[in-house]
Amino acid sequence: MAHEGIGARVPRKEDRRFITGQGNYTDDIPVKNAAYAEFVRSPHAHARIARVDASAARGAPGVIGVLTGAELADDKVGGLICGWMIHSKDGSPMRAAPYAPLARDVVRYVGNPVAIVVAETKNQARDAAEMVEVEYQELPAVVDPAAAQAPGAPQIHAEAPHNTIYQWALGDKGAVDRAFAGAAHRVEIDLINNRLVPNAIEPRAATAIYDRAEGRFTLYTTSQNPHVTRLVLSAFVGLAPEHKLRVVAPDVGGGFGSKIFIYPEETVCLWAARRLGVPVRWTADRRESFLTDAHGRDHVTHAEMAFDANHKIVGLRVKTIANLGAYMSTFSSSVPTYLYATLLSGQYDIPAIYAEVDAVYTNTTPVDAYRGAGRPEATYVVERLTDIASRRLGIDAAEIRRRNFIRSFPHQTPVIMNYDTGDYEASLDAALNAARYAEFPARRREAGARGKLRGIGLSCYIEACGIAPSQAVGSLGAGVGLWESAEVRVNPVGTIEVLTGCHSHGQGHETTFAQLVAERFGVPTDQVSIVHGDTDKVQFGMGTYGSRSGAVGMSAINKALERVEAKAKRIAAHLMEAAESDVELKGGEFVVVGTDKKIAFANVALAAYTAHNLPPGTEPGLKEGAFYDPQNFTFPAGTYVCEVEVDPKTGGVEIIQFTAADDFGTIVNPMIVEGQVHGGLAQGIGQALLEGCRYDRDSGQLVTATFMDYAIPRASDLVSFNVSTTVTPCKTNPLGIKGCGEAGAIGSPAAVINAIANAVGVERLDMPASAQRVWEACRAARTPVAAE
Amino acid sequence: MYQTTYVRAGSLAEAANLLRDNPEAKLISGGQTLVPTLRQRLARPSHLVDIAHLAELRGFAFEGGLLVIGATTTHAEVAASDLVRSKIPGLAHLAGLIGDPPVRHLGTIGGSIANNDPAADYPAAVLALNATVQTSKRTIAADDFFTGLFETALDASEIVLRVSFPVPRRSAYEKFHQSASRFALVGVFVAVLADGSIHVAVTGAGPRVFRATSIEAALAGSFTAEAAESASISADGLNSDIHGSAEFRAHLVPVLAGRAVAGAR
Repeated sequence: MAHEGIGARVPRKEDRRFITGQGNYTDDIPVKNAAYAEFVRSPHAHARIARVDASAARGAPGVIGVLTGAELADDKVGGLICGWMIHSKDGSPMRAAPYAPLARDVVRYVGNPVAIVVAETKNQARDAAEMVEVEYQELPAVVDPAAAQAPGAPQIHAEAPHNTIYQWALGDKGAVDRAFAGAAHRVEIDLINNRLVPNAIEPRAATAIYDRAEGRFTLYTTSQNPHVTRLVLSAFVGLAPEHKLRVVAPDVGGGFGSKIFIYPEETVCLWAARRLGVPVRWTADRRESFLTDAHGRDHVTHAEMAFDANHKIVGLRVKTIANLGAYMSTFSSSVPTYLYATLLSGQYDIPAIYAEVDAVYTNTTPVDAYRGAGRPEATYVVERLTDIASRRLGIDAAEIRRRNFIRSFPHQTPVIMNYDTGDYEASLDAALNAARYAEFPARRREAGARGKLRGIGLSCYIEACGIAPSQAVGSLGAGVGLWESAEVRVNPVGTIEVLTGCHSHGQGHETTFAQLVAERFGVPTDQVSIVHGDTDKVQFGMGTYGSRSGAVGMSAINKALERVEAKAKRIAAHLMEAAESDVELKGGEFVVVGTDKKIAFANVALAAYTAHNLPPGTEPGLKEGAFYDPQNFTFPAGTYVCEVEVDPKTGGVEIIQFTAADDFGTIVNPMIVEGQVHGGLAQGIGQALLEGCRYDRDSGQLVTATFMDYAIPRASDLVSFNVSTTVTPCKTNPLGIKGCGEAGAIGSPAAVINAIANAVGVERLDMPASAQRVWEACRAARTPVAAE
Repeated sequence: MYQTTYVRAGSLAEAANLLRDNPEAKLISGGQTLVPTLRQRLARPSHLVDIAHLAELRGFAFEGGLLVIGATTTHAEVAASDLVRSKIPGLAHLAGLIGDPPVRHLGTIGGSIANNDPAADYPAAVLALNATVQTSKRTIAADDFFTGLFETALDASEIVLRVSFPVPRRSAYEKFHQSASRFALVGVFVAVLADGSIHVAVTGAGPRVFRATSIEAALAGSFTAEAAESASISADGLNSDIHGSAEFRAHLVPVLAGRAVAGAR
């Protein structure tokens, strides 16, 4: 048997079904007599609903029912919640406004659902939805986060004066003020972290079934965390108690965060299935995905960094306004606070940091976690500032970073985080060598001779994965714990089923989790199956996001495997009439050390189930569960180097080379990790060069509502990535895993923008760096074509 | 999409009759614009009359010094055609830049010019090369064909049959992509026609394809990239949107014209 354990490039077990079109997604689940839903949505960014007349629609062909916010209220269906309480710096709780799944009085963004039409066919539902007459009285709208706080701005929710949800702060303001007062150098920047649309390949979908006889719901849905969905729908929305609600997230085609949240549409489908007595199906079309999937980022930031005479950073001061959109999505409040400001120390030893974050409502789609969630925004602030400092202070971009690296661990930052381990210089050197950084000046000269501006940019990122421990996040306002569960069931023939509370929607858990079992028990990965995503099968779990499944989910599995091994070893020792302390598990066999006595793992499993000859007091069977609550976050880090050529005549940017050197701790499957890095880089480069949500300032219409206007990267926009890893195993989990899912998206935007800024010779350049923006920057810099 | 009736036309005559008898009927071939429009319920044709498979509308011929391309010939077929590549390499190059591979294998030259998207690529070639459009009713000169934003000289029941391109001395197409749609933010087709006259046609920049006469004049004096780049284009009346201002588009026209001149063959 080829090595399939930790570190092996095992081909993904799930790919056979995905590549051959045999995946089983929510929209593929066969349901008898299902009806189809279409939502009536607000065409206005902000309007009062004067009247809803669904009488014509109710009489349209095939229509089973039309339901509005009024019926939702009649049935006492609760509102959606934001599950992380943030307190403002004055101690007051965040001003969260009600979030009704169907708007009843006021609509607050284009796409806000107003009614659901359920009909026998999808086309009938669409036809009838057009017949629902909604009379709107338009109100002025505001889409820009800074404008939302300005005096006289339209008031979106009565609960949040000046549209301000919270004014939060972290760090020691006095210490930062003193550091700046005594600093030798100061640099500052204004920047915008552009709003992004997640664009998972599979749109959101729900198939909701109500069993009247049993009083029990089943919801198939595109979720990254079905148990959390069930918890919220039970405890807050109040549709059914947990034992009467099964939530299944079958194959899910990408999430990037957008499928963590509990949305209006899925909630309404579930309620409608009971109210109308018919299974209800809904799959978003791409326009609905653009309009209603929680968007990402959207920060406006002013930041300042202070240095001493030796170019050591002595202070960082950041003021950010975060746009949370029209309603507070499930975890929206945590993203620009505890997932953002806590990472502002980057890889650097910064003695004083102070961050203020205002979160605001606007008449835009709700904003929540998107791949990286807060950490890309933090990296962008720190790495843009560091780069500007290198330019202003006349120090090489690598050198200024090297000079400020944290070098001893554990390291307590001034912004909560305690980094367990890392070697930032190792990844910097690996990246610089791989990128042939030293020879860059020659490449720049050569490009200059061709009329191109060549630039190089660095980004040394840090992220915090596996958000934890539960007690700590609870003290910071989280409404949930962030542990993970696992159950390992060994069958009598020795095959193994692993139940996990994590959920795979592209991560390859069916392969990597099986590798962990293969590593321990020596069984081939094809004798291991991973069960996830069904609340009837897995008791509870927290799902997958924040690069947590390796560090937290696999640690839970590891704990359960240890328990299985302990019991199996006890049985093996008994069968071989040896002392348990003399028995070891090696290559799938229990051996008595120093003898030729051995028994295969599968035979021990069989013995556990026949139970003919077990040690006294031992229960039959071989099945163990575990809950694992981490001690700390994990801290992956690395250096990215981007090299670009800019055409000064057109503003066109070509990425010539992109080098990534990451430290993810222990790597379970290098092929899958590389895939994660590639995908993350594509999304991060997409943010830097192409992607950007645009709203019309006056009407509040989403201008970039289709792929004709919202650019996501194509293969031809990218290069073949040059990726490598260095390893410092995580010290706070048993496997040494740090996580890899978001790094690419976190580290790359700053590297790209730094490279273009370096090429053109400017300081400020906003994302996405479109051709027009870069052309204008070239003109502003008046860069001669053959610039050196 | 709204309910509609799909008809796979058995002949050109049947297609023409269906259009004549059903004022709300629409022709469909590659469907690269029409299908997304239907899916978004932005159009409500009574019938879709499919002509993609009609052999008489497909393929290439070289007749009397003219390169003739059938209306339902796909972009991929044009890009790969040895005949097109040998006679008008700039045209084959243009076809290979349209959209992405799925678009190029479905989209057709007839559909592109009949739709006359202001950022479509083919109109630049048709205008610059002085092509003629043969329809089910008549022959239309390029200068008369593209009349406005998504508007052509075609009447509602007229079917494009083929496009005839005189072979130029040399030509080239330079395109600057709109990053999302891959349509032309600006595209410039430069041609030196058989009689020596110089045509510079610009797509993407204005409400419809147009000839950049200032650049043509500059090139008449000196057919060099520098001459093209030295000409200026007014931003007045050019398109301005989230992908590029009128000023940026106006700037790009001579730059791309210069590159087309340098690459013309």
